[in-house]
Amino acid sequence: MNAMIGERGIRRWGWVLFFLMPSLLGLLVFIVGPVFLSLGLTLFEWNLLSDPKFVGLDNFRELYHDTRFWTAFQHTLIYIVLYVPTVFVTAFLVALLLNRPLRGRAAFRMAFYVPVVSSWVAVAMIWRWIFNPRYGLLNFLLGQIGVGGPDWLFDPDTALYAIVIASVWKDAGFSAVLFLAGLQNIPDTYHEAAQIDGANPLQRLRHITIPLITPTAFFVLITTLIGSFQVFDQAWLMPEPFARRGATVIVQQIVNNAFRYQRMGYAAAMSWVLFLIIFVVTLIQIRWQKRWVHYDL
Amino acid sequence: MSQTNQHIPGATSLALDRAIELLAQGVQYLLLIILALTMLVPFAWMVSTSLKTEEYVLRFDLIPQPASLDSYRELFDIMPMGRVFLNSLFVTVTGTVGQVLFSAMAAYAFARMQWKGRGVVFSIYLATMMVPFQVVVIPQFVLVSKLGWVNSYQALILPSLFSAFATFLLRQAFLTIPRDLEEAAIMDGANHLTIFWRVMVPLSKPVLATLTVFSFMSMWNSYLWPLFVARQEKYMTLPVALATLQGNNQSLTQWNLVMAGAVITLLPILIVYLFAQKWFVQGAVISGIKG
Repeated sequence: MNAMIGERGIRRWGWVLFFLMPSLLGLLVFIVGPVFLSLGLTLFEWNLLSDPKFVGLDNFRELYHDTRFWTAFQHTLIYIVLYVPTVFVTAFLVALLLNRPLRGRAAFRMAFYVPVVSSWVAVAMIWRWIFNPRYGLLNFLLGQIGVGGPDWLFDPDTALYAIVIASVWKDAGFSAVLFLAGLQNIPDTYHEAAQIDGANPLQRLRHITIPLITPTAFFVLITTLIGSFQVFDQAWLMPEPFARRGATVIVQQIVNNAFRYQRMGYAAAMSWVLFLIIFVVTLIQIRWQKRWVHYDL
Repeated sequence: MSQTNQHIPGATSLALDRAIELLAQGVQYLLLIILALTMLVPFAWMVSTSLKTEEYVLRFDLIPQPASLDSYRELFDIMPMGRVFLNSLFVTVTGTVGQVLFSAMAAYAFARMQWKGRGVVFSIYLATMMVPFQVVVIPQFVLVSKLGWVNSYQALILPSLFSAFATFLLRQAFLTIPRDLEEAAIMDGANHLTIFWRVMVPLSKPVLATLTVFSFMSMWNSYLWPLFVARQEKYMTLPVALATLQGNNQSLTQWNLVMAGAVITLLPILIVYLFAQKWFVQGAVISGIKG
């Protein structure tokens, strides 16, 4: 307290306002205000031009029967079921490898992180080209080993798989860096002690590394899940127009209703349902963590 | 003879251990190389395609023959790429500098000033970190269009200037700075501005650097927001321009042009990454707090 500059009254508030106001005003106008506005919007039908019409809970009722929304919800779930475990295991494997005393570790780590810093638009373009059924690199390489590749982004049945592959490729490096930081926090003494007791590398992985990495794993799981419910850029950019119906996701429905059909209230209702889903899933995970996350050996 | 016999098992097992170890190391290298190639080949393919002339685009040569810069030239002909590039740069730099500065100032008010209502205001900041982008983007768009800001730099920059997460992170960093340093400055008659600029900012460089590169990356790569508030070529940013290049039908896509556009979009961020690698990785670890 005595370290604070001792001013009184107006002068002190002047300083507080000076430092706080730009940020606080902006936050109120662009985030806090919009949160409440969005909540209010869910009760209206509004196309931005005419006057908003109060419709009560009709937006939510409509949402309940909206097959397009629930199809998008299904696609998002399929995406999550395929993407989350794959990216999780790949990232952990990469982190284990990067944690070995191998030469060129820094260069390898850098390679894995390049897709992470890249823009999704550029990455989507690259993968659209690679996934091209006739002229793409992937089906060419598959052809070399005698496998006939599918039509990928041209086929509503396989478009979602292509999106999962590109997403794992782009995001694995991010979680790998988190896992690596977790691995490096495990004290060497644990491994040394186990080695003296005659534990082989697999036993050490099972009984030391995996239990001690669970806090990191928990964090990776929570953030990956939150992010995958919000999947948008790649699903919007990658599939061919006629194959898109096989890969519409929740956020795409929000964007379509808000910006294409100008149904602000309905889109806002969708965004709150999405928020609610994410919130509940995260809560369940926090509850469930006691069963598998070890904060100590 | 009997002695040698006793030694052989031990010796072979030692040699065996060594062999297993070498084998394991070999397997690890092999795995790493395969995985790293998987990461890098798509980028190599992008560069390679962008250097091919139109008639050779569909050939599967990694080294383009002949290599040419025609696709880059054509890209600048059909699109105001220079303008688009500068738009991206301007929006990203202004947005990043503004976000870090405003967040640091607010963080100072939270970490080093006593005022009524501080706790309440800080919990508002924390609460906003939970709300997903999709919830606020609709009212933000309503606001921007009611203000008549669609297709303007304000619309691109302003909403990203205010980050509760950055403020929170900087507050935590400022709290760890020992107070003795400020006390000495206060004795010398320093005011808040001097303490902020001469004590807090220099001592928080790692966090500031991390936030700067992260904010730079997310603004440079941002797509959804610019797509809806800046569709005119005059205000278009690189990701939006690149997405318009692909056209609606892949059979009409000129892949060498699209790949040239992808190279131009990726190059700046990759250069920044190359020079500030440490802070990018740090940022991934720090974002852990965001949960």
